[in-house]
Amino acid sequence: MTLTPSASQTVGPFFNFGLTTNHALGTMALDGAEGEHITLAFRVIDGDGQPTPGDSMIELWQADSQGRYQHTVDPRSATADESFCGFGRLETDANGVCVFETVKPGRVPNINGSSQAPHINVTLFGRGLGKPLRTRVYFADDAANADDPVLALVPANRRDTLLAKPVAGQAGAWAIEIHLQGEAETVFFDV
Amino acid sequence: MKEYPRTQPGTQPEYLYEGYRSSIRRAPSQPLIQVPHTLSELTGPLYGHNPIGESDNDLTRHFADPPLGERIIVAGRVLDEDGRGVPSALVEVWQANSAGRYRHSRDGHPAPLDPNFLGAGRAITDAAGNYRFVSIKPGAYPWRNHPNAWRPAHIHFSLFGAGLLSRLVTQMYFPGDPLMAIDPVLHSIADEGSRQRLVSSLDLSLTEPEWALAYRFDIVLRGRSATPFEEGKG
Repeated sequence: MTLTPSASQTVGPFFNFGLTTNHALGTMALDGAEGEHITLAFRVIDGDGQPTPGDSMIELWQADSQGRYQHTVDPRSATADESFCGFGRLETDANGVCVFETVKPGRVPNINGSSQAPHINVTLFGRGLGKPLRTRVYFADDAANADDPVLALVPANRRDTLLAKPVAGQAGAWAIEIHLQGEAETVFFDV
Repeated sequence: MKEYPRTQPGTQPEYLYEGYRSSIRRAPSQPLIQVPHTLSELTGPLYGHNPIGESDNDLTRHFADPPLGERIIVAGRVLDEDGRGVPSALVEVWQANSAGRYRHSRDGHPAPLDPNFLGAGRAITDAAGNYRFVSIKPGAYPWRNHPNAWRPAHIHFSLFGAGLLSRLVTQMYFPGDPLMAIDPVLHSIADEGSRQRLVSSLDLSLTEPEWALAYRFDIVLRGRSATPFEEGKG
């Protein structure tokens, strides 16, 4: 028997009392988490250049500082950092912004034995989105970006849309804008 | 270990569906880039061990007094593409009250709030993939998509399954609702069968006599059992 997956529908504008009341889900790294503690700020911009105020939601999924996922499919999951939660979820605020407290992920093995560059998987939900948008965040100036197998699929002139940048004057702070449309439109993935 | 076949055209909404006005300035204009399924896509958040409160799945028991409206039971199975139940799946729901008003600061619909109804709940599927909620039937409500636009009664569902690619947010509708025929959110799905599968069915076997009617809503998440013996064929 093969069944067709149920169709997605938008989260609509009024999801927050159902999905994002627990702001602790923005804190993925407890104090004892291994690795480099960082903040990662998102700002979501629509096709009119306006932030998406309070009606979009970002979910993150990432490996720990050693590139291990807390999931049975990862052969190294048994040793994954217990002070780190790979999942995060926040709504964007009135300025289209949300900020996660996490660690910089390690390199995740690729299927063929090579390694992927440090990255965070992003799922974006919102009013106007009948199904979520999927993308990844990489870290600007990380040498591993040069041979990442997924970045390699992205046209060179659009790779910059996937790179978080350090925030000047704030140690450990990174930021990225997600542009839904326009010249700086973020690269989104079909998975 | 599961594999995740690509979804078939028409069975999921398009990002750009002009009838749904909000999609016009939010749909990506560039083609999506297809990526392979690595550990990053094949893993995903699991919720089996998080505590669920005793009354989290009964939206009529969140306050001392019951909410107004028609009490209903909503139940069904969460399945994968092989038809196997998905155990320990987190199911979150949220909805308008019986008058069609959400408990949300920006919902400006001039319908009454119900002090005894929050409208959000959650449940975890059992070993066979079954879930069950008690709630009240939500009302239809107007929205500003186009002149005199009304959403059919619906309950929002959010589900986490076996991995990142089985994540699903959808809406459940009620059988026979005439507003479904003119709802651009539902019609952003091109395939008629895929639209119909979002419509629950009255199920007398799930009903509690003298107490509440019941609607069955089964949900299929992406993912099917991997077939390791075919791996060498690549």
